[in-house]
Amino acid sequence: MSHPLQLTPDGRLRHLLSMEGLSKPLLTDILDQTERYAGGRGSRGRKVPLLHGKTVVNLFFEASTRTRTTFELAAKRLSADVINIQVASSSTAKGETLLDTLKTLEAMQVDMFVIRHEASGAAHFFAQHAAPGVAILNAGDGRHAHPTQALLDMFTIRRHRGEFSKLKVAIVGDILHSRVARSDIHALRTLGAAEIRVVGPRTLIPAGIEAMGVTVFNDLDAGLAGVDVIMLLRLQKERMVGAFLPSTGEFHRDFGLTKARLAKLPKDVLIMHPGPINRGVEIEGDVAYGDQSLILEQVEHGIAVRMAVMAMILGEDVRREA
Amino acid sequence: MRRNDSSSMTPPDAPVAPTPRPSRLPPHGGTLIRNVRRLDPSSGSDSIGDVAFRDGVIVDAAGGDFAEVIDGSGHWLLPGVVDLCARTREPGATQKGTMRSETHAALAAGITAICLPPDTRPVIDSTAMVNRVNRIAKAAAGTYVHMLGALTKGLDGEALAEISALKAAGCVGVSNGLTPMASALVARRALEYAASLGMTVHVVPLDAALANNGCAHEGAVATRLGLAPIPVAAEAVAMRQWISLVEDTGARIHFGRLSSARGVELLASAKRRGLPVTADVAAHQLFLSEHDLEGFNAMAHVLPPLRARADRDALRAAVGSGLIDAICSDHQPHEVDAKTNPLPLTEPGISAVDTLLPLSLRLVHDGLLSPLALAERLSAASSRILGLPAASLAPGAKADLCLVDPTNDWRLTPATINSVGRNTPFIGERFEGRAVRVWRG
Repeated sequence: MSHPLQLTPDGRLRHLLSMEGLSKPLLTDILDQTERYAGGRGSRGRKVPLLHGKTVVNLFFEASTRTRTTFELAAKRLSADVINIQVASSSTAKGETLLDTLKTLEAMQVDMFVIRHEASGAAHFFAQHAAPGVAILNAGDGRHAHPTQALLDMFTIRRHRGEFSKLKVAIVGDILHSRVARSDIHALRTLGAAEIRVVGPRTLIPAGIEAMGVTVFNDLDAGLAGVDVIMLLRLQKERMVGAFLPSTGEFHRDFGLTKARLAKLPKDVLIMHPGPINRGVEIEGDVAYGDQSLILEQVEHGIAVRMAVMAMILGEDVRREA
Repeated sequence: MRRNDSSSMTPPDAPVAPTPRPSRLPPHGGTLIRNVRRLDPSSGSDSIGDVAFRDGVIVDAAGGDFAEVIDGSGHWLLPGVVDLCARTREPGATQKGTMRSETHAALAAGITAICLPPDTRPVIDSTAMVNRVNRIAKAAAGTYVHMLGALTKGLDGEALAEISALKAAGCVGVSNGLTPMASALVARRALEYAASLGMTVHVVPLDAALANNGCAHEGAVATRLGLAPIPVAAEAVAMRQWISLVEDTGARIHFGRLSSARGVELLASAKRRGLPVTADVAAHQLFLSEHDLEGFNAMAHVLPPLRARADRDALRAAVGSGLIDAICSDHQPHEVDAKTNPLPLTEPGISAVDTLLPLSLRLVHDGLLSPLALAERLSAASSRILGLPAASLAPGAKADLCLVDPTNDWRLTPATINSVGRNTPFIGERFEGRAVRVWRG
């Protein structure tokens, strides 16, 4: 199922809502564009005037510092004006509906909303109701999608491996609640990864995920055997509530990436994590910043990939097809 | 497309108004419908001939002059549809619909009686509330409005409601709606108590803990869209528990709104063992599936959820065989705002009285039901389940009638829908067949 909602009639990005429905050429184009902003050390921090005069609003209904900061930096390096709005869920509970919030802010001549919301489908909802010329960039909606995270993950993998067609990738941990996992799976499939595995206890693997083109493993060692890339997910501490897991300790014993486990794998296996990491839960501290870890590189690429997406959506005048 | 040539027929595009009440007809007026295909589930007969009624009662068609004569050629006449579950939203939520708007929408769509579940605000758990709803319904003068009383006080699942008083006030059954019972012990006592009064307990089988505030069938679509899942076990566990209690008590249960193949199997096994259970399914479950949620389509957000295509096919087969006794609308009109949100935050439910008969007619066009079986699923079975007089076209029966043009080609649009609730995934769809005249005896 595609999401024509996020594309213009001629197939360019109108919004960015999900990795699902983006073609391989378009995904590749986004990664190529990202190269422009993630270039050599010298280009770091340089401002470009591409979005001068545009207004970007970071509209976050969920608390976030890291992701919001990278979106803010990305917009500022493109010379856009940036406003951050943290909406406590209590203020929407007071009566202003999501639609009211969107329309009120739209009236202030905003060009792009970067939206994070705890309900799956929130970004689609905003895109369906956005005025012509107003773009929606999904910064995470419920368990559904986190497309820029997947893009930066793909960019990072491509920088180290070049090609996806021979890659075997394992995504480990709380797949059930993870929008990162879903977006990574779509992106890896589109880019032609040879094998995608999801690894975790059955309580954290959602039903029917095989239909997304993955193989399920409930044992970590089996799941990691022969893979090129290990993508770890953050385990929310509240998963003990609701009987998903008995303890973080037991999760670490069975599904944590430790030095001992890593030692059994080839030395060039790449380790990724969307952050923030839980040391001693999904990953051992030494592993997180070891030679094989790309975790800090992911953070850096996060800014470049968000610049690329914002430039692709807003750089060409979206009002034209309104 | 065939049109009836009788000038008295309502044009198919105009809202179908109920016929003037018998009291306003001239004395000895009456109506004669000639050459109509008579679908009479009480006698199991499907024949072409005449039907006449006068003063709200079916009479011998050979007996004298009638003020109105309708050419029924090419049309079907069946007892008015009895809808086992429709919410009028009044009392309690009149921004979504009123008794007047919804009972008239139902009547225009061929439904002559609806059964209201007890989850109005306030809850129907007292004689006073039954009387109040009856007054509102009488003033609205749309379909007949039957009521299920609350099984427990305030639907709290803990203390029994005054079921005897509710029965005396006119309730046709009792139910706890979608609210869970506090324990199996309370459920068992409630069954025993209701059974001792001869009241059927209507159950929507959905285990609340397993449903876990989810909004979509647990499966590939919910997983991909990241929607909180409701497993099939939520239905199966609830059904197994209630069936076990029926085995203990012999109490009569009606399972409403089945959604899964496993639910169908459990129903079949209970019926095979001779247990006093019946069941219905909402019409939309026979046509939609989890795939209708694609694109976060809030119009397909219902409880119980739309499940896999295999579940839908099992439900259709069970309706075809009669294992599932009746088809209902599960009508839940909403105001626009209730569906204007990201899908998980929208209110579940479909506005469905307008499409109950037209969707059921599709089952006939699909070859799943004979026209006579359609009348059985829509009128006769539901009348039996509610303990109403048998739906019949025989002289002496109440003239609750529905004249159907089975080939009438029309489209459901925001302009043609009669319910105040526009929340249906069928907006824009074409239908073949609809009620063109409806009489409430």
